[in-house]
Amino acid sequence: MDSALFWEIFFKALVLILVLLTGFAYLTYYERRALARIQSRVGPNRAGPLGLLQPVADAVKLIFKEELIPAKAFKTVFILAPILTVVPAILITATVPWGGTVTIGGREILLTIADVNVGVLYIMSVASIAVYGVVLAGWSSNNKYAMMGGLRSTAQMISYELALGLSFVAVILLADSMNMTKIVEAQRGLPFFLLQPVGLIVFFFATLAELNRGPFDMPEAEQELSAGYNVEYSGMKFALFMMAEYTKMISISAITATLFFGGYLGPGVDAYPWLGPLYMFGKIFLILFMMIWVRASWPRIRYDRLMALGWKIMLPLSLALVFITAVGILFEMMWLIPVLSLVAGAVAVQSINLSLRRKANAR
Amino acid sequence: MTVDLILFLILAAVAIATALGMLLSRNAVYSALFLVLNFATVAVFYLLLGAPFIALTQVTVYAGAIMVLFLFVIMLLGTEELPKGEGLNWQKPMAVILAVVLMVEATFLIFVQEPVADLISNSPSADFGGPRAIGELLFSRYLLPFEVTSILLLVAMVGAIVLTLNKKEGGQK
Repeated sequence: MDSALFWEIFFKALVLILVLLTGFAYLTYYERRALARIQSRVGPNRAGPLGLLQPVADAVKLIFKEELIPAKAFKTVFILAPILTVVPAILITATVPWGGTVTIGGREILLTIADVNVGVLYIMSVASIAVYGVVLAGWSSNNKYAMMGGLRSTAQMISYELALGLSFVAVILLADSMNMTKIVEAQRGLPFFLLQPVGLIVFFFATLAELNRGPFDMPEAEQELSAGYNVEYSGMKFALFMMAEYTKMISISAITATLFFGGYLGPGVDAYPWLGPLYMFGKIFLILFMMIWVRASWPRIRYDRLMALGWKIMLPLSLALVFITAVGILFEMMWLIPVLSLVAGAVAVQSINLSLRRKANAR
Repeated sequence: MTVDLILFLILAAVAIATALGMLLSRNAVYSALFLVLNFATVAVFYLLLGAPFIALTQVTVYAGAIMVLFLFVIMLLGTEELPKGEGLNWQKPMAVILAVVLMVEATFLIFVQEPVADLISNSPSADFGGPRAIGELLFSRYLLPFEVTSILLLVAMVGAIVLTLNKKEGGQK
């Protein structure tokens, strides 16, 4: 490896981390403003023009708060847990292509940190590591509520990881590659959300569950568990958990955009490669709005229903989608894939309906 | 080559240290965490050997799924702290004997049976261990073991569910 390549990767990673951390701060502002608008409130508007300095104020507040470590906590793991949550959230974007090849000072630079041939699998493995932060935070607090909350969140994340992995498989089949750049290039004709619309929906809800966000936001179920795995954390450590959640929101939106919406592709991107990151930003912005919108509109799902949905609906549905995609590719009838997957999706929705009705009649 | 060697030595030290930590720690959760670190180092070994697919599968399956379930069981049973001085007395001599047998076998295989130089020159081709190569092997040459394993896992899963169902008898229908 020559030193120029090393510095290239170093600076790409540095820029990405800076963008993610700034993005995280302003995502909290974006979410609060959007939620406020949906609930016909004003939202934060005091700090700076239009409240734009609100994230800075929040950061200052959290830094100067007292950090408590419970006397009976397992101290090493207690301190390690927030770090273990944040690091995967930042690492996961390493294989996401932010644009094609651009030229800076006569050097061609690919706007991906690691253009590896197992990019999708890398995302899966980093996502599966993220569970440790939650489970260890719950355990090391040595508190029943934190423990129960941690176990719940972990069970939820593991259950939905299966549906998530299988919806990855459908995309891999369609693109015939695990390389993220090749997945984007395969969507030049038709973005995958048109070919596999139900796959997108399964993927979206599985990621919401992975992120512990509404309607699957068990850690915020105050009336049940007082909070969840993060109940004993305060100050900067609590902020780290929030940071992980919001950074992961951005990362997952970037992954969704790459897998289903053609990533950095858009009109005129071949002539002007710098448009790529801009298209990416626009797509991420819209997907983030979807997440906020879902949180504002839907009530939290009860815990047993959440597990039942994951295992009895999402997992069979995503298996069926993999099968449908494979059949469509095998017989070279691409139109079969969206048609059959919409049928499978309709069956899934109908079975949710039926199970709800049965419960209502049983009472 | 030298960079690879230095990386290998550091990783080997980490792997041995985490394995020892797993064995010697009196707290089952710490043991499990050491084992996770050990799996991660082994994954990096695979990366060094040019098999990224196996490396990432190692992280996803062992560190990401199996060890989380281990942690679950440890936490749910509340058996974090192991009592001191437990264990069967025939275990220690048995372990020593088995370790010696393993070492002798490994030494024999490496230095007598097959010269090391041979092993190195037989290094795999570029796309060895890629997703496509592994998939093709699994569904052609190793189809029977693959399917038998999956049926075995299915049986284990059904068995686990049956075991938990028995306890609930008389409760919910």
